[in-house]
Amino acid sequence: MDAFTTLTGVAAPLPLANVDTDKIIPARFLKTIKRSGLGVHLFDTLRYDANGAERPEFVLNQEPYRHAEILIAHENFGCGSSREHAPWALLDFGIRCVIAPDFADIFHTNTFKNGILPIKLSREICDQLMDDAKLGGNARITVDLAEQVIVRPNGEKIPFEIDPFRKHLLLNGLDDIGQTLQHAPAIDSYEAKLRDEKAWMPAIHVD
Amino acid sequence: MARTLFDKVWDAHVVERLQDGTCVLYIDRHLVHEVTSPQAFEGLRMAGRKLRRPDAHIAVVDHNIPTSDRSLGIAEEESRIQVETLETNVAAFGVPYFGLNDARQGIVHIIGPEQGLSLPGMTIVCGDSHTSTHGAMGSLAFGIGTSEVEHVMATQTLLQKPAKNMLVDVRGALPPGCTGKDLVLAIIGQIGTAGGTGHVIEYAGEAIRALDMAGRMTVCNMSIEAGARAGMIAPDETTFEYVRGKPFAPKGEALEQAIAYWRTLPSDAGAVYDKVVVVDATKIAPMVTWGTNPEAVLPITAVVPNPADEADEAKRVQLQRMVDYMALTPGQKLTDLKIDVVFIGSCTNGRIEDIRAAATVAKGRKVAAGVRALVVPGSGIVKQQAEVEGLDRILLDAGFEWREPGCSMCLGMNPDKLTPGQRSASTSNRNFEGRQGPGGRTHLVSPAMAAAAAVTGHLADVREIV
Ligand code: SF4
Repeated sequence: MDAFTTLTGVAAPLPLANVDTDKIIPARFLKTIKRSGLGVHLFDTLRYDANGAERPEFVLNQEPYRHAEILIAHENFGCGSSREHAPWALLDFGIRCVIAPDFADIFHTNTFKNGILPIKLSREICDQLMDDAKLGGNARITVDLAEQVIVRPNGEKIPFEIDPFRKHLLLNGLDDIGQTLQHAPAIDSYEAKLRDEKAWMPAIHVD
Repeated sequence: MARTLFDKVWDAHVVERLQDGTCVLYIDRHLVHEVTSPQAFEGLRMAGRKLRRPDAHIAVVDHNIPTSDRSLGIAEEESRIQVETLETNVAAFGVPYFGLNDARQGIVHIIGPEQGLSLPGMTIVCGDSHTSTHGAMGSLAFGIGTSEVEHVMATQTLLQKPAKNMLVDVRGALPPGCTGKDLVLAIIGQIGTAGGTGHVIEYAGEAIRALDMAGRMTVCNMSIEAGARAGMIAPDETTFEYVRGKPFAPKGEALEQAIAYWRTLPSDAGAVYDKVVVVDATKIAPMVTWGTNPEAVLPITAVVPNPADEADEAKRVQLQRMVDYMALTPGQKLTDLKIDVVFIGSCTNGRIEDIRAAATVAKGRKVAAGVRALVVPGSGIVKQQAEVEGLDRILLDAGFEWREPGCSMCLGMNPDKLTPGQRSASTSNRNFEGRQGPGGRTHLVSPAMAAAAAVTGHLADVREIV
């Protein structure tokens, strides 16, 4: 997983509440065997018409938002299914940070597990950032995770909260697995004890 | 301090407790299938990681495969690719695997207990919510997402916080004609689809003790439909008897050691639960779902409810939507509902006991005209056993289809699907809109009730037939 330190980039405004995982990536794209390649289908029904042509009015079909790395939305972002295709699609498109008043639980966990930073800020501040984002072109927004601030194009700094454990993982590019592997000695000794105390537990070998 | 069954299994698997209460939890057994594993293997590959303990995993194909003759391979391309991908992955990472042509192939939650791979006191996970089935063994078994699948493969652990304890105490004995399926449907009807949220349910009481392992698995299977993280039943003599002689189960001295340990697992007297629900088994009748979630369930003797009777506006709208989707008329007798398709199978009711129950009703009768009735054994072993007992002949003679093992019509992901508007009596676990195919209308029932629907052509009270 890539570390997340500071990110300066284009932010796309998506002034919608209850954006569910089916909107982020419709269920018909779930039979894939890869986690990459889903970016072209991100927001598929909002982004393309029935013939597969781009809807010019949708934000991610416009310059400079085609290159957005930050997404700003309204309440309850990511509600719906637990499948991880939603964060995979965002990441594959290039989104590393989503800012919204709140997020659905499982989606919130899944973003962290995939190296995306979800930031919860009040609706009022989200709307201010949304206005910044609408300036387009040079209106770049900076997200500084170490300092826990967002820097607006006018230089104003907006602080945000984040779970210290999750912050540590993101800053160091540790996924949960990398983090758990730091406990490998403890797992080793647990397994040694297991072989001893639960010798009855069968190992699986199939011919 | 007095501990519950869940507390004991949890405590025995904590490798390390982190500051915020998150635990590094050791996982004894991981079950792998073709749908939720490809991206996990891809993740391992991208990070250059291996499986920490290949001998703790077992892979099988079930969701996507056809249940007709499979000697010609899988016709549907995306399904074939998922199966082939699993085969490449298990070979590359050294994962034990029951392939499509192995007699031991079957639904992941059927083969675990059947092979002696799921045992009491274990932690068992799988990228599938119905992993709760294995809790019937007295294990802690729950479904996980794809990132967690990868996490278990790489570390043999998960990062988890403990769930809360909930006791479902089932008093009295089930009346004749009622099974584990009727019991669990009644429980979900009583506590609701969110009744178990945040909890691990322990099922206890006279009616649970009296269930055989198949019935217990049916009950635990549907814990997830009550929103619970997992369901568990304390191991007892019934459990030990079931385990004895299973292919991968410990034998001889090792088994005696294991049983001695398993006897320490039941909840201590005085253990405290965060939530307790008492269910009166004697009041239960054969159950059938009428709506589009498992909570919308009634005894077969009931009539379709009238949404107008519901005071709460949001609920009224939801009930009305269910009545409309299911094409019902309030006040209509459930036994008047004509059935197009009967599906007997799935990880809820695809075991040999379920097929025996269906065959008992089918024997000497005929599937009603215009009804398509499928019987899909949960595994190759179940299929073999049924054929040894001659159950396939009874069912075929009655006009049922006798198919190859797999998830089949439990979910619309393989060729066995309802077509729009078709009404089914199904022994599976989910009656959501479109679950068995777009526009399909599902009524969840026990295997005997499903067979009764097949031979009468409508939802029927099995007690009036046999
Ligand atoms: S039978 Fe149904 S519920 Fe069970 S694993 Fe297969 S699809 Fe899931």
